[in-house]
Amino acid sequence: MTIGENKSILIAKYVLMTFFALLTLFPVFLVIFGGFKSLAQLRLDLFGIPDPVMWSNYLDVLDPKRSVFFKNLVNSTFIMVMTVAIGVVFSSLAGFAFSRIDFPGKEIFFGFFLVGLLFPPAVAILPLYVELKALHLLNNFFGVILPQVAFALPFQVMLTRSFFNQIPVELEEAATLDNCSSFKFLIFIVMPLSKPILTTVSILAMVGSWNNYFLPLLVLNEERFFTLPMGVMSFQGQYIYNWPLVLAFISLAMIPAILFYMLAQKHIIEGLTGGAVKQ
Amino acid sequence: MSPAKNTKESMKFGKQGRLRNTMTAAGFLCVPFVFYCVFVILPVLQAAWFSLFKWKGLGPLTNFVGINNFLKIFADPVFRIALMNNLKIVILSLLIQLPLSLFIALIIGRRFKGAVIYRAIFFLPYILSEVIAGVIWSFIYNPQIGIQNTVLADLIPFLASFPFLGSQHTVFYSIFFVLIWKYFGLHMVIYIAGLQGISQEVEEAARIDGVNWWQMNWYIILPLLKPTIYLSVFFSIVGSFQTFDMVWAMGRGEPVNAAETMVTYMYKFGFQRFQLGYGSAVAIVIFLITLSVGLIYNKLTAEKGE
Repeated sequence: MTIGENKSILIAKYVLMTFFALLTLFPVFLVIFGGFKSLAQLRLDLFGIPDPVMWSNYLDVLDPKRSVFFKNLVNSTFIMVMTVAIGVVFSSLAGFAFSRIDFPGKEIFFGFFLVGLLFPPAVAILPLYVELKALHLLNNFFGVILPQVAFALPFQVMLTRSFFNQIPVELEEAATLDNCSSFKFLIFIVMPLSKPILTTVSILAMVGSWNNYFLPLLVLNEERFFTLPMGVMSFQGQYIYNWPLVLAFISLAMIPAILFYMLAQKHIIEGLTGGAVKQ
Repeated sequence: MSPAKNTKESMKFGKQGRLRNTMTAAGFLCVPFVFYCVFVILPVLQAAWFSLFKWKGLGPLTNFVGINNFLKIFADPVFRIALMNNLKIVILSLLIQLPLSLFIALIIGRRFKGAVIYRAIFFLPYILSEVIAGVIWSFIYNPQIGIQNTVLADLIPFLASFPFLGSQHTVFYSIFFVLIWKYFGLHMVIYIAGLQGISQEVEEAARIDGVNWWQMNWYIILPLLKPTIYLSVFFSIVGSFQTFDMVWAMGRGEPVNAAETMVTYMYKFGFQRFQLGYGSAVAIVIFLITLSVGLIYNKLTAEKGE
């Protein structure tokens, strides 16, 4: 407690914050519990404890024969992993060149990369669709992965470049004396030293890819390619009158993100905000 | 910014060193550069080019219409609804969402037991996708099952079974409420990060002078937090113009286009009616509006000394 703040104000603050916290959480809990209810109970007793507990909703969603949940989960995971992996490699390579190598036109090239920060994906999406069609990348995971990587690149390169700038010159001199090539220097010295920024880059890419809906919606039209957000939409459309089943699907679709959040909360919050604020 | 040593080195090695450096840089940059050009720069330029044609996406671009697409866009009442909705999201976010985030950040941002838990809870909706957030709230708003069926029906009888997402008068605000729910935690966390950058000594000094909580925040903390606030406002504005997923998940901008945004409008023309020329023109308009608002905003905040 501090000066100028008496106990009742402090209590009021906790009451208010707890109220907001409950308001924030209640939709999530409503959905998770709703998934355990029967349709009849859901209609009559939205806030009640599930009775009887309908495990069957969750089991049906988890059953690969009856729902596409697992397929969606695998697809989203594959797209995310590839987006992160390629993004980390590309942003390290480009960030290193802009930070550590002196070559003619460097500032112009870097400026050219930064221009990309101005373009939201929506601006390019129609021609991108035409292009992906010509490249036979429609209904192909790489039709989502490659543009995702490209659109994230300007921001990622900005982050890696400014982090690489802080790595002491002496290290590079020592490496040069040991006949270490720039590429080896990047892989064996710079990248291990840059874990904080590469974590930030990865987390931004993970969250962006996992939650992306707009691009997959255009590129992936066949159900076997659907990602989790697409799966949620199509499942809801399919079972519009069976809300408990839909709620079970949503709950399960939320679990990977919530688990990841609980495990890496500090990194996620710092990555998503620090990455932006520090610039 | 780049270490001076590189320049020295290339001078030391003369022309040969420079050439070698250029080759190395080319090796590092070529693949990311090609990707960036193919998937970002080229489509953006193409959008500008397509926007001058009437084109259904098949065959060559022959039907040159100049700025006609743009005239048609601004003459279309549905586009005007979409544009107004985007502007409303921008303004309401600045008036409601950001002050709320700031208020919460000021309370839990410093010296608050359990702040970590509150922060974690408030940030949670942000990590869920807009689609999931949209579907969750479609359920809550659902007139047969959702909350007004149970709670509101008892409190305010005439709201029983009121279709929040089905009425053109309420759909926009119902969706906007979900936008607040999803994004207030992000801005709160940005403000908390900014608060942590403010030295404790400033606060101590003020406290010794006997200022109260409100004076402290209004006269001391907020002015110091300005750069962070500018940044969060910028994110909010730019993001508001891109709203798509959530609106799409909560009824695709319907009924009667009441919740249309510029991006849902573009999507409908581009991918449902396959008017790729017209759709590209909409994309260019979205880009120019976002860019000019962003530039004006940056200029205004720069003049204020940031």
